[in-house]
Amino acid sequence: MLKFIIRRVLQAVLALFVLSILLFAWLRSLPGGVVSALLGERGTPETAAQLRAQLGLDDPIYVQYWRFLSRAVQGDFGISNGVYRGEPALDVFTQRFPATLELSLFAISLALILAIPLGYVAARRRGGPLDTGSVIFSLVGVAVPVFFLAYVLKYIFAVKLGWLPPSGRQTVGINATHITNMYVLDGLITREWDAAWDAFKHLILPTIALASIPFAIIFRITRAAVIDVMDEDYVRTARAKGLHAKTIRGRHVMRNALIPVVTIVGLQIGALLAGAVLTEKVFAFQGIGQALAIGFELRDYPVLQVLIMMAALIYIIVNLLVDIAYAVIDPRVRTK
Amino acid sequence: MTERSVSNTVGGAEAFRHGLGGRKKARIDSLAEAGALSEEQGVSLWRSAWRRLRRDPVFLIGLAITTVFVIIAIIAPWITPHDPAARLLITQVTPATPIPEPQPGFPLGGDNAGRDLLSRLIAGSRQTLIVGVMATLGGLLGGMILGTIAGGLGGAADTAVMRVVDVMLSIPSLLMAFSIAALFARPSQWTVILAIAIIQIPIFARLLRGSMMAQRHSDHVLAARALGVKRPAIVFRHMLPNSIGPVIVQGTLVLAVSIIDAAALSFLGLGNPNDAIPEWGQMLGKAQVFFNTYPHIAVYPALCIIVVALGFTLMGESLREALDPKSRR
Repeated sequence: MLKFIIRRVLQAVLALFVLSILLFAWLRSLPGGVVSALLGERGTPETAAQLRAQLGLDDPIYVQYWRFLSRAVQGDFGISNGVYRGEPALDVFTQRFPATLELSLFAISLALILAIPLGYVAARRRGGPLDTGSVIFSLVGVAVPVFFLAYVLKYIFAVKLGWLPPSGRQTVGINATHITNMYVLDGLITREWDAAWDAFKHLILPTIALASIPFAIIFRITRAAVIDVMDEDYVRTARAKGLHAKTIRGRHVMRNALIPVVTIVGLQIGALLAGAVLTEKVFAFQGIGQALAIGFELRDYPVLQVLIMMAALIYIIVNLLVDIAYAVIDPRVRTK
Repeated sequence: MTERSVSNTVGGAEAFRHGLGGRKKARIDSLAEAGALSEEQGVSLWRSAWRRLRRDPVFLIGLAITTVFVIIAIIAPWITPHDPAARLLITQVTPATPIPEPQPGFPLGGDNAGRDLLSRLIAGSRQTLIVGVMATLGGLLGGMILGTIAGGLGGAADTAVMRVVDVMLSIPSLLMAFSIAALFARPSQWTVILAIAIIQIPIFARLLRGSMMAQRHSDHVLAARALGVKRPAIVFRHMLPNSIGPVIVQGTLVLAVSIIDAAALSFLGLGNPNDAIPEWGQMLGKAQVFFNTYPHIAVYPALCIIVVALGFTLMGESLREALDPKSRR
């Protein structure tokens, strides 16, 4: 067990190391090099030369990499020149992360609540109209560009029907105290029910759009896993023993079928982050996804660098935790 | 629809063995093995796969959609009612009415530059196909180089290449495409193709490497080695041709993703800004400002993308199923 954890942690560290090299290489190959990327339009030959010396761009490449790495570890990623002009790039991440975290949690919860029961029912009635329909639905879901779905939802429910707010995270001017910066949670903590409800209404459409990505995948995995498990000998044995259908479903089928599903949830974090870039842009939702979208548009490299680094870091750590958790639950995982 | 659909299962423990990005990798690996197996059973597996596909409505629908799409893309210049770049309706474009209405001769109306929307959709099929195919071929070429180095040489080269490939697989791929596209000060059609091609490289590399590893101890490779055939010849003449099946399957799936990803790049302003030659992803990306007022100019290219991506996905998924020995129970 310990050996497994150590091996997995080492793997994650190695992944981070390779990632830091890729990020460093990315930064080095920016158009016009780091200097013009950092200075933007304000650059003159003098300031450029000054910055070159200041950044030590004339040093050997491994010295530069080491400097990049040690500054990154200390959280120094430079100054934003787009999203929040003049502020440290890391602040963009810390201020906006709670919003994206809240949205992602809502999206992944919605996907799980819908996809797991549907996947189970589809597998039990394999070949029936419900199964065929939901499989086609999930395949179509993969083919629809996320931002297009977001625009359609916004057009129908916000622009035409006016049921839900079209953009933002909370109505401007509403009386709300912000503690965690996860607005629904804040409203619940401070018992400002109006604020919580308002923030929740702002979350509904982005949540549906973002949930479409993990929904299709979780549905397919659940369905396939249930089909597989139902063929297993232990399920037949349980049935032959005369166990109650409910017991078989809970103890024998779902418990085993959910193993691949939970793995997928960890892996979906990455897809959610990319989806958040598109969804948050459509709904002007002030999270890191929107910051990334603006950053790509304005070529705000310091902000892009910190956000990409953090996104990859979160992704790697979440997957490390999921893997370790599962090694604890499922002994088969440990043996290689 | 019963047998096929999506039963390409990955058991929990199996997915774990692959570490980070487990499922993605396990999916690629099972496909790689499927291709290697087909060689052992000779033509029969291909033939039986075809026998299954011929009766599979999902495959036939996918094939029909993609065939129609490719034909339209080829004959596009001859069937567009108007010149897709000509601003024929420019007099009707005013600040109050930025999008010309549908009218006789222009069944779908015009775009915000007064160009015929129908002609642009038809002409756009060609560029969309080019972007998809070029990005897929680029990814395949890169993956082939890395996969051949890893699978053909083995040892330290294998370890080094696969470590990098695995890390690339563990980065959210669309986020990586955005980052690569953002590297270019002047985006064009080629930067879009390049960005999408690069994110496909690790998938093809792992696929080809897996396929080669699976063939390593198969009879035809052992026989070639016993005859004294040199290593490069074994790799290129005996191993690579046997990997073609999985590559075709993955290629059709990647094509669908490429077309959708190209639209996402355009949406973020990282796509080709020059719209003289239309492309669906670009049309959809540029239509975003009119979505709340004139949704139809976004809906048409979006529908085209959805239908074509669905066609390639249906075809790829049923091909995968037909070639996968696991699903032939």
